[in-house]
Amino acid sequence: MMVQHRYLKNVTTLSLADDQCIGCGMCAAVCPHGVFTVNDRKARIVDKDLCMECGACAKNCPANAITVDAGVGCAAAIIKGWLTGSEPHCDCSGDDECC
Amino acid sequence: MSDCCCSANSCSSAAAITPYNKADKWVIGEICTPKGNIPIVSTQLLFHDTLGAWKVRWGIGRMNYKINSGLYAVGNPDHGSPVLVSANYKLTFDVLRKELSDLDCWLLILDTKGINVWCAAGKGTFGTDELVNCISKTCLSEIVAHRTLILPQLGAPGVSAHEVKKQTGFSVVYGPVRAQDIKAFISSAHTATREMRTVQFTLPDRLVLTPMELVPAVRKSLPVLGVLFITNQFAARPFDKHDVTAYAGAVIAGSVATPGLLPYIPGKAFAWKGWLIGLGWTAKYLFFAKRFKKGNRLLSAGELLLLPAISSYLAMNFTGSSTYTSPSGVNREMKRALPWIIGSAAVGGALTLGAHLFDRRKQ
Repeated sequence: MMVQHRYLKNVTTLSLADDQCIGCGMCAAVCPHGVFTVNDRKARIVDKDLCMECGACAKNCPANAITVDAGVGCAAAIIKGWLTGSEPHCDCSGDDECC
Repeated sequence: MSDCCCSANSCSSAAAITPYNKADKWVIGEICTPKGNIPIVSTQLLFHDTLGAWKVRWGIGRMNYKINSGLYAVGNPDHGSPVLVSANYKLTFDVLRKELSDLDCWLLILDTKGINVWCAAGKGTFGTDELVNCISKTCLSEIVAHRTLILPQLGAPGVSAHEVKKQTGFSVVYGPVRAQDIKAFISSAHTATREMRTVQFTLPDRLVLTPMELVPAVRKSLPVLGVLFITNQFAARPFDKHDVTAYAGAVIAGSVATPGLLPYIPGKAFAWKGWLIGLGWTAKYLFFAKRFKKGNRLLSAGELLLLPAISSYLAMNFTGSSTYTSPSGVNREMKRALPWIIGSAAVGGALTLGAHLFDRRKQ
């Protein structure tokens, strides 16, 4: 039996502009957590708290109807970002830490 | 090759589209095209590949485990065969090719600097620009007659399908998340089930990542052992095997046990989950080591503040390996947890050190 992992609620920056959506279904295809469904040529967010802000939907939305502050959900990267004052990025080149 | 599209002469003189090391056993032949030679790759993994995978899972040579980017062949593909796109991390490449037995297809391997598809997509190296660049570098539009590319779904954070179409004429189709579903995807005219589209994070998925949590934690612990050793030279009560065991257990609690038990630990924040497991371990161990008896209580208080904080911190770092944590969520979690982790560790560390230096045990 598959376990459904859930992270913190009401925190994701994902938003979908209904009026701009052309219902192509690309967001539903690329989302790794089934956040979207498409009915009657309109996409809809069904479970916002499952969003991990990977940015796949926004990147592949031809109508620019989706916005999300995409990035890496990695504590080590965020700490490094705080310390260096830069955008957190997953710096896997120092052979420890994340991913 | 029987279907060699050029004469033997032009074949040997044609430049290789994808250079490779002749010693690599996973290359089992070459296909010649008017544009150059393309290596054919095996769909069987050898001991060498399995050993390589094991080494990188433990962090050995992990940052330099890659193959050349370019175009590869599987089976006996022709101008109508599907093109699968992937990353040049050798572990990724091996996971993909072992699922391709009995298929005839092309593999377009992007230069992701030896990083897996998902992480590289997040960084943008598995991205629109690199894909467009690779299509032109390999003369793909002259090798295949169709205009469809199958990308792994997890490449989508880096690639904009409509941009690729605009710039190259190739349509991007996002395939399944897992390589094991690729055959089913191709044979069903590019339909992916909900399950094939969803990222999981099963117990094996989580455990396979834990060596890369544990190894850096152990490496960072070496200076701690050094401090203990020096302290022991003049401590009233030297650190003993119980202290070291309690510490080692706290490290394992945060970097291995918490990832393993992740969905079963109450709460949502990783730092909280790690703290719970760390506290459970530390309390239980100190109890068995008879550290709650009179004369040991200052030390035990110190370790109960210090060790679960360490577990908590290590567990929090596992957010970077998880498949479902958002950066906004991790940011919120850290802003709440870090002051507690640092405070608890500082007070606990001071108490622990103080107890060892000055608090002579009542024997």
